[in-house]
Amino acid sequence: MSARRIFARPARFGAIAPYVWMLLFFLVPFGFVLKISLSQTAIAQPPYLPLFDPTEGWAAIKAAFAALSLDNFRLIVSDDLYVLSYLRSLIVAVVSTAILLLIGYPIAYGMARLPRRWQAVAMILVIVPFWTSFLIRIYAWINILQHDGLLNQILLALHLVSQPVVWLSTDSAMYLGIVYSYLPFMILPLYATLTKMEPALEEAAADLGASPLHVFWLVTFPLSLPGVAAGVLLCFIPIVGEFVIPDLLAGSNSLMIGQTMWLEFFTNKDWPVASAVAIVLLVLLLAPLLLYDRLQRRQLEAR
Amino acid sequence: MGGPAGNMAEEAQDNGAATEPVKPEPHALDPVKPEPARLALPALPDDMPLLRIEGVVKKFGSFRAVDGVSLDIRAGEFFALLGPSGCGKTTLLRMLAGFETPDEGRILLSGRDIVQVLPHERPVNMMFQNYALFPHLSVRDNIAFGLKRANMPRADIAARVAEMVALVKLEGLEKRRPEQLSGGQKQRVALARSLARRPQVLLLDEPLAALDKKLRESTQWELMELQRRLGMTFIIVTHDQEEAMTVASRIGVMDAGRLDQVAGPRELYEAPRSRWIAEFVGDVNLFDGQVESREGPRLVVSTREAGTIVAAEPRDPVTKAAVSVAIRPEKLKLSRRGPVSDATAARSINRLEGVVTDVSYLGGLTTYKVKLDSGAVVRSSMANTTRVDIDAYSLSQRVVVWFTPDDCVVLEQ
Repeated sequence: MSARRIFARPARFGAIAPYVWMLLFFLVPFGFVLKISLSQTAIAQPPYLPLFDPTEGWAAIKAAFAALSLDNFRLIVSDDLYVLSYLRSLIVAVVSTAILLLIGYPIAYGMARLPRRWQAVAMILVIVPFWTSFLIRIYAWINILQHDGLLNQILLALHLVSQPVVWLSTDSAMYLGIVYSYLPFMILPLYATLTKMEPALEEAAADLGASPLHVFWLVTFPLSLPGVAAGVLLCFIPIVGEFVIPDLLAGSNSLMIGQTMWLEFFTNKDWPVASAVAIVLLVLLLAPLLLYDRLQRRQLEAR
Repeated sequence: MGGPAGNMAEEAQDNGAATEPVKPEPHALDPVKPEPARLALPALPDDMPLLRIEGVVKKFGSFRAVDGVSLDIRAGEFFALLGPSGCGKTTLLRMLAGFETPDEGRILLSGRDIVQVLPHERPVNMMFQNYALFPHLSVRDNIAFGLKRANMPRADIAARVAEMVALVKLEGLEKRRPEQLSGGQKQRVALARSLARRPQVLLLDEPLAALDKKLRESTQWELMELQRRLGMTFIIVTHDQEEAMTVASRIGVMDAGRLDQVAGPRELYEAPRSRWIAEFVGDVNLFDGQVESREGPRLVVSTREAGTIVAAEPRDPVTKAAVSVAIRPEKLKLSRRGPVSDATAARSINRLEGVVTDVSYLGGLTTYKVKLDSGAVVRSSMANTTRVDIDAYSLSQRVVVWFTPDDCVVLEQ
């Protein structure tokens, strides 16, 4: 496609706008991070070497290129700290996403079956937490879960426990926080798919002798798979890189990769290792995206 | 399965025809002897219809969608529920399928009340208006869906699917997905899927509404042929009176949740029970007037627009004075001079005069609008039985409009 043809009409320009966006706000910063990940840490400003300075001529740039190395990546692969962090992030993301799907699907299904005017109300109820800052909501959970917090007070008042339970700084608290925060991202794409589904399809299945359970498994669920995939991706990917929730609600004995990266960057001031951690995370997250893409393409080919 | 069931279906039909006060319908379906019926009908008592709807009411909030409908449908019948949109015909059909529960009344299938039976447990299948084919399943799996739910052995399922595919002429398309099919093909898959379980009653909800006119007409004939061959009971819902009259042996006309008239196509057209039905089924000229006197089997009605009309007394005698006289356009004959005068007197032929104001040539028919001397405009249609136009009338031509007492339907207002 020649440049003249691209700019021939506004519509053509509209088609390349996302690519311009990607280039400016993703690929260029990605290039910076990649370069830093190949650098060495240094006590300097900025805290890494080599630096590219075009004013010092061609030879200096060549020398800078020669100084780049994969040392940081070797470190990440060889040190248990990083491998375990990645592993924990993946496990937390898988478990949370599974819980989110199990809770979100029935809610989305129920919403899609409400009378029209109540659907709008339900939608607002799902979105309304966004009107409060995310951080404030997590701090509210700290209040609820702490030693003399609301949850323990209720449990004690109901005589369900004899002394306060430790909630804060546990994995349970972290999962609670993650599921609470990400639930709308699971519900909304599921609701969108389920509400678009023709009700006659479920009626047809029932008419042909399918029990309510069969109707769900043979018709409703398979047809909602695009929504399931969208919801799972929307939750899984950010949860893998989640930093705030595990940092505030989980204990400090094992770290998620976001926390490790934060430590490298802010505490150790090791920008190159932090960048390398980020690059590896990105590569890991591309895998489910590519898988999703392939599944979609296969679906299209089947048509 | 086989002989006895087939005889049963036939007996039920004969019986019903004898007890129902329905005139024999010369142009209704020939009484083709059904093939040995494929569905196992339970033995019904002689006076028991296959499906009995008793005083069924369905309310949505304060709106009475179906307002006290009672109806008997015999085994092997092709029945049409006809009415404008919103008349409650689809709601009634959905209650038969089990998707809606009546607020009052009973629905008896083979003598058993099925109101509390869930849709997936009813021996009834439905063909949906927009087909509702499962988009993620192939044609074969769509048709096999209901058979698998019935826990049929695999080999039997394959055989039945092949049979259904052949029945609706879809050979070679078994592996396609619904979105790879044309509208007509989808319609066939939906039909095959709903027939595959050999239901006692097949419900069809506007099954042909999404097809274009030519395809719709040919599919109507195929539906009739299929219904006769399978000897199954079909109930079709349609808003298209021509479709209802083409396919059905009996038609129930619904309006505002009520069943206004149940009759064969000819009776519905020639002896509508109300002014509304006369206008809904086909075209009609209506003259409002008062009954002046009775002369034997004849009523003399004085109207403002068409003077004094001599009309035949309807089967159910008229009790009110205020009536409408309904005359179908093809019963209003035009002529240059009118019938010979003494013949007119002898047969009490009604005679009006007017001027042709509009002529539409439609191929098989030509319809005329004639402005009578009273100012009223009537419609008349004449069959074009010859290729030359010697019988045609031209604009502004003065003509005589005539009709016999038997051409009139007298309806109470």
